[in-house]
Amino acid sequence: MTALLRRQALPLALLLALALVPVLGVQDGFSLGLLARAMILGIAATSLSLLVGGAGLASLGHAAALGIGAYAVATLDLLGITEGAVVFPAAILAAALYALLTGLVSLRTGGVHFIMITLAFGQMVYFATSSLSALGGDDGYTLYGRTEFLGARLLEGRLPFHYLCLGLAAATWLFCSMLLESRFGRVLRAAKEEPMRVRALGLSPYPYRLVAMTIAGALAGLAGALMANAMEFVSPAILSWPRSADLLFMVILGGVGHLHGALLGALALVLAEEVLSHLWDHWRLLFGPLLILAVIFLRGGLAGLPALLAQKLVQTLDRRAR
Amino acid sequence: MAPLLELRGLSKSFGALAVTRGVSLAVAPGEIHAVIGPNGAGKTTLIHQISGTLRPDAGQVLFRGQDVTALDLPARARLGLARSFQITCIIPGFTALANVALAVQARSGSSFRFFRRAEAEEALNAPARAALERVGLGHRAGAVAGTLSHGEKRQLELAIALASAPSLLLLDEPLAGAGPEETARLVALLRALRGDYAILLVEHDMQAVFALADRISVLVYGQLIASGTPEEIRAHPEVRAAYLGEDELA
Ligand SMILES: Nc1ncnc2c1ncn2[C@@H]1O[C@H](COP(=O)(O)OP(=O)(O)O)[C@@H](O)[C@H]1O
Ligand SMILES: [Mg+2]
Repeated sequence: MTALLRRQALPLALLLALALVPVLGVQDGFSLGLLARAMILGIAATSLSLLVGGAGLASLGHAAALGIGAYAVATLDLLGITEGAVVFPAAILAAALYALLTGLVSLRTGGVHFIMITLAFGQMVYFATSSLSALGGDDGYTLYGRTEFLGARLLEGRLPFHYLCLGLAAATWLFCSMLLESRFGRVLRAAKEEPMRVRALGLSPYPYRLVAMTIAGALAGLAGALMANAMEFVSPAILSWPRSADLLFMVILGGVGHLHGALLGALALVLAEEVLSHLWDHWRLLFGPLLILAVIFLRGGLAGLPALLAQKLVQTLDRRAR
Repeated sequence: MAPLLELRGLSKSFGALAVTRGVSLAVAPGEIHAVIGPNGAGKTTLIHQISGTLRPDAGQVLFRGQDVTALDLPARARLGLARSFQITCIIPGFTALANVALAVQARSGSSFRFFRRAEAEEALNAPARAALERVGLGHRAGAVAGTLSHGEKRQLELAIALASAPSLLLLDEPLAGAGPEETARLVALLRALRGDYAILLVEHDMQAVFALADRISVLVYGQLIASGTPEEIRAHPEVRAAYLGEDELA
């Protein structure tokens, strides 16, 4: 545990910075709402990073698990159930079950086929939610209220919600880091690099990957339940395939192989979207080239940036000294 | 003594190309059984069928008296078949130690453990270090496997195979690409392993083969043309004609 903390100075600094934002005076609903959205997407992106960076599984249907978590909240809301002790476990279990069932099929394949099958499953869920007329179909569903805990409206307050999202983002990162360093994670990482070696040792990668997908789905479901609460609204847009692509972008921009990169990527994407959309109506045109530049010039992603800068600095100092 | 491994009438074709043609052979416990033959004779394909990487078209593979023909690679590995690959097959991003520790982990208890740091588990690292020492790679335990020299990677493969505590080692050209010093060390190591492990050894280095093997089988165009002790193989006229150059026997 202490070893983990020592080796993870950068992610801890990031989490600390997020904790300090309200303390430093940024407390308006708009800014904190933006940050909450980024942290929630960060949770989903971190769980995707577990799959992409840890297991080599680039799912293009991860937003479906996120959306199922959100739709679980909406469905229970429709039934008049808003108790968090029911809502959150239900959202997590529903998303985990989805990931397990789709994993059973998609993990039989690999590479491009895996991407296509996860995409296809995601689209199925998208069209299913679009036709859920009880939940507003395409128009979506506005929550009657946020999830409660034993009748207490904990999630209504901006600050409690900020720190809840932050706490869960931190817990997700810590949990996934520990998974990747465990025996289980070692098998995942080995099977990503050289599946034949793993099989020759008597381990078949399939069940390990399936468990990883299920865990990632559960975490995305948690993020979905938070997202429903943050927006107080759920619509099929949350699980459209571009949303899955966004999550993948966050992982790659943040740096595959650095779990905390996913949270960085989510922050960067949400904030960039906010800034750019104010500058120019057609901001999405700028977005693509920016991403391409980031991928080309930031090999380790945003998470690798500090090390890259430090290395450049040392090189410059060396040259000066000579 | 009942054989540890027995092949009965193994056959395999790739399209029109018959690569394994009715191969039958047996490996006794503790013996080093070498399979030699020119390039393209089908030695690697044979190893694949024994390890479970490839399914034979016909014939049976028996391991410890059990028919394992229908089992896949992981299932056979769990029974105690360990293999090295002609083309190095290691986890390049792991340290040498972690590569071997993974093998220890695979044979000892569950890998469905989620919270303890695997790297800090002495129960995995100690046997892994011992295996690395045994192949002469102890000083490189902390090196990232992808950065090892070619010869060191071959040694690492062997350490991985040893660490999985197999009852039969399948070695596909373990000396290929190793320098003279590394070769000498590996040959000494294989000799030290004789008796503890049964080994099916595919190797091109004839000096090493004749120094190590208890029995030798000669594979030409997918067919066994001879099988016997090194002396018998040395004297075998068909083998001399088909494969062994006179100088290699000198
Ligand atoms: N997967 C494959 N598909 C088609 N032909 C193959 C395949 N693998 C091997 N071969 C062919 O089978 C023959 C035997 O190959 P191999 O077993 O690698 O020989 P060796 O190890 O004795 O050099 C070669 O002619 C090779 O080209
Ligand atoms: Mg070969």
